[in-house]
Amino acid sequence: MRPKRRRLYFVLAGMAALGIAVALVLAAFEDNLVFFSSPTDVYARDLPSDRKFRLGGLVEEQSVKKSNDGLTTTFRITDLTSAVPVAYTGILPDLFREGQGVVTEGHLGPDGVFIAESVLAKHDENYMPPEVAEALKKSGQWKGAAQ
Amino acid sequence: MIPELGHFAVILALTVALAQGILPLIGAQRGIASLTAIARPAAVMQFLLIALAFIALTAAFVSSDFSVLNVWQNSHTDKPLLYKVSGVWGNHEGSLLLWVFILALFGAAVATLGNNLPTVLRTRVIAIQGLIGVGFLLLLVFLSNPFERVFPVPAQGNGLNPLLQDPGLAFHPPFLYIGYVGFSIAFSFAVAALIEGKVDAAWARWVRPWTLASWTALTIGIAMGSWWAYYELGWGGWWFWDPVENASFMPWLLGTALLHSAIVVEKRDSLKAWTVLLAILTFSFSLLGTFIVRSGVLTSVHAFATDPERGVFILAFLVVAIGGSLALYAWRAPALKGGGIFAPVSREGALVLNNLLLVAATSTVFIGTMYPLFLDAISGEKVTVGPPFFTATFVPLMVPLLAVMAIGPMMPWKRADLAGTLSRLKIAAALTVSVALVTLYLSGVDQILAVLGMALGAWLIFGAATDIAERTKLFRISIGESFRRAQNLPRSAWGGAIAHAGLGVAILGMTGTLSWETEQLQIMRPGDRVEIAGYELEFDGVEPVTGPNYDAVRGTFRIYRNGRLVDVMRPETRRFSDPPMVTTEAAIRPRNFGDLYAVVGESNGDGGYAARIYHKPMINWLWIGALLMAAGGLVSLTDRRLRVGAPARRAATASPDLRAQQRAT
Amino acid sequence: MRLRYLIPVLGFVVLFIGLAVGLTLKPREIPSALIGKPVPVFDLAPVKGRSIGLSTADLKLGTPVLVNVFASWCVPCRQEHPLFMELARTTDFKIYGLNQRDEPDDAARWLDAFGDPYDRTGADISGRTSIDWGVYGVPETFVVDGNGCIQYKHISVLTREILEEEILPRLRGEKHVPCEG
Repeated sequence: MRPKRRRLYFVLAGMAALGIAVALVLAAFEDNLVFFSSPTDVYARDLPSDRKFRLGGLVEEQSVKKSNDGLTTTFRITDLTSAVPVAYTGILPDLFREGQGVVTEGHLGPDGVFIAESVLAKHDENYMPPEVAEALKKSGQWKGAAQ
Repeated sequence: MIPELGHFAVILALTVALAQGILPLIGAQRGIASLTAIARPAAVMQFLLIALAFIALTAAFVSSDFSVLNVWQNSHTDKPLLYKVSGVWGNHEGSLLLWVFILALFGAAVATLGNNLPTVLRTRVIAIQGLIGVGFLLLLVFLSNPFERVFPVPAQGNGLNPLLQDPGLAFHPPFLYIGYVGFSIAFSFAVAALIEGKVDAAWARWVRPWTLASWTALTIGIAMGSWWAYYELGWGGWWFWDPVENASFMPWLLGTALLHSAIVVEKRDSLKAWTVLLAILTFSFSLLGTFIVRSGVLTSVHAFATDPERGVFILAFLVVAIGGSLALYAWRAPALKGGGIFAPVSREGALVLNNLLLVAATSTVFIGTMYPLFLDAISGEKVTVGPPFFTATFVPLMVPLLAVMAIGPMMPWKRADLAGTLSRLKIAAALTVSVALVTLYLSGVDQILAVLGMALGAWLIFGAATDIAERTKLFRISIGESFRRAQNLPRSAWGGAIAHAGLGVAILGMTGTLSWETEQLQIMRPGDRVEIAGYELEFDGVEPVTGPNYDAVRGTFRIYRNGRLVDVMRPETRRFSDPPMVTTEAAIRPRNFGDLYAVVGESNGDGGYAARIYHKPMINWLWIGALLMAAGGLVSLTDRRLRVGAPARRAATASPDLRAQQRAT
Repeated sequence: MRLRYLIPVLGFVVLFIGLAVGLTLKPREIPSALIGKPVPVFDLAPVKGRSIGLSTADLKLGTPVLVNVFASWCVPCRQEHPLFMELARTTDFKIYGLNQRDEPDDAARWLDAFGDPYDRTGADISGRTSIDWGVYGVPETFVVDGNGCIQYKHISVLTREILEEEILPRLRGEKHVPCEG
């Protein structure tokens, strides 16, 4: 009987580990999935204001403005159909420029301004290996002051 | 001429690998000695050919031969020699060649060092190693030729990405690949064992050193990548949970599980089917990592042109390698049952718990990594699974693992007395509680996670120390006698304790930097002062600097402590022209209990500069802990039992009961 | 009981399906909002050493044309270049090149070395025209109908498959998207 018993323990332990993992994953999915939206999606979808998401597009020409303290930057992200105003406090990535592609992560404020916690600018239009791409992506990813 | 030679060597290596992969398998199955005899010379031959190809490509890079497309794309005459060499593997084709090179090296190592292995097992292992080689060589020959020529020959190369021109990253890929590819040996052994339907202690004793060596290399590789991210990326992050990192982290987690379950096979002749499965899965995740990174399925940013042909090929390869081996497992593993019986509370039981938690943790990382892809496939919705997801799933699984980690090594095999084991840990427990209380006192109740982290880190360190103290009977017998015992302890016991303590140190580092990091972000004008963590930093302004292949703006900060000037920090922002790119060179002042980390950003057009200063407490402990873990792996590797020669002598006496069972099935 | 040994391989099958579907996905981070829209207004001088420039009016001459965004510093452009050379040699379709943010000398040298398939070129030295076109990276290739209305956009390296299945039909006037506004 002992081997049977032992197997039972293992199966139970395995199921418990699996169950805990599944529960953790489901619980974490609830709050931690970050969807990607284009500016057009933002207006089409009517997202709740506290939901975190990623907003990507081009930085609209002549939309970048610095606040008085010099740390908060406001600009508009456009997909050439619609544009969303964005505010970000912190040092912008080195290659953040008007007319360049950008991805920001944050949430929509009640006044319709997207409060970005991080800004990720593309560094180079050229092809590069994914490892490098990832590295570059990371280097563009600045931690927001809000965190 | 040399590149053609390299290309030719790769093609020859492919034919040799085909012979190495197919003929010996037939020979081993049918008992044809002339075919089995091919395995060893073929493995050595394949290695020599690929080494030749690798040297040829390196030569092309070192001599800046821009008639080779790969060199033109990734090199530049102005580059320092180190980065010319590291440019070899800083691109898709070259890194694949490096991968195959290491694979062949390991295959040849088994062929030359494996005198004491049973001939049939050795033959099969070498053959399977050859088959893996075939897959990658096909990719190399048909879809990713690193020796392709360009005409007309460009005068100058495109240069290597400036971010990669860094010593930390130059050697990051080789270590990662040694880790990834090393697991192929465990995989080949597992598949060979499945074909034979036999797993015994001798098998485990062969698998373990390879797994240990790979694990050690992977640990170093991951730590290097993390360290590089910390100092090069400009905001002091050291782990991002992005797909590329996860791709190396998952094999590491599974490799850790394999390392531990192989001990049970070796010592107790139990958990065989499970260990074989882990060996297959560990390498499968290495392959999957390659797939994730190489095919671009997870990086949807279009500019990083995904190459569908390569992706399809790698996927087909995965089906053969992973699907095939898992199908073989489903068919043959039921024959591997049996072995030593043990109670749930025992060393084996603790190792099973370790395995379950590690596998569960790997699954959560895997789900988080793959979910965006699956969601995209099903609904077309783009989603990012960020660090919060991983923190919420991975960390809770690690807490019980760490708690048990200190207890497990103290338990006897077969059946343990939990109360007795815990009572031997009472000093460690008392010390841990005092660390927790001190932390609580210093940081307050709202930092309860910091208290938990510090306690777990301390628990591991004190637990490891207790383990060694117990084994050497420290303070219970004379110091000299204890010392003699310490010298005679198996190296694997030392290795385990060092690695466990290393993890403890790393956890203290993570906890420290996550809990007490402080940052100051503001616009500073020359003369402005900012206070952080007991230091005062005075901004002195910026000056232009000209580097060998970049222009930079360098800021100067004077560091004062208690009104006294202690240091000067000079962060830079560098602008490269070939290829055009900007990098941030943070200034870091590392100290035992915390780094100062300064970055100077853009000008506000009005004499002020955006400056970001961090104080990162205990972050050094993270790298030191990782190094200790790797050191533990190395010490374990020197264990007498794992040395070549030991397995054969033990093989003869191994597990008669298994063979009896074999006959019965 | 033997069934549990099948679990790993079944797990892999599920994974395989996911990966296979994932591979067939086209990268589409931000879909072009310009399909079915008129081309932006621009007027560019030709690349150094070439005589005919490129402007909005050149895209409204009644026949569909191909607009390829390229640069000498762009490695994948070299990869797709032979396909344009072939197209220029074997067909009568007009191919226009939009040279993005390039040094005039580099662009000229590049076209001299690898061949010039373009009937017209526009030197977009500042990159502003590319932005108006919604260009994300180099290379990108557009099909514009005879009335200056954007019909199709391909991101990254042009492959023979895309050329034959998506681009050539549109150049022949098939799959036409009516222009809004």
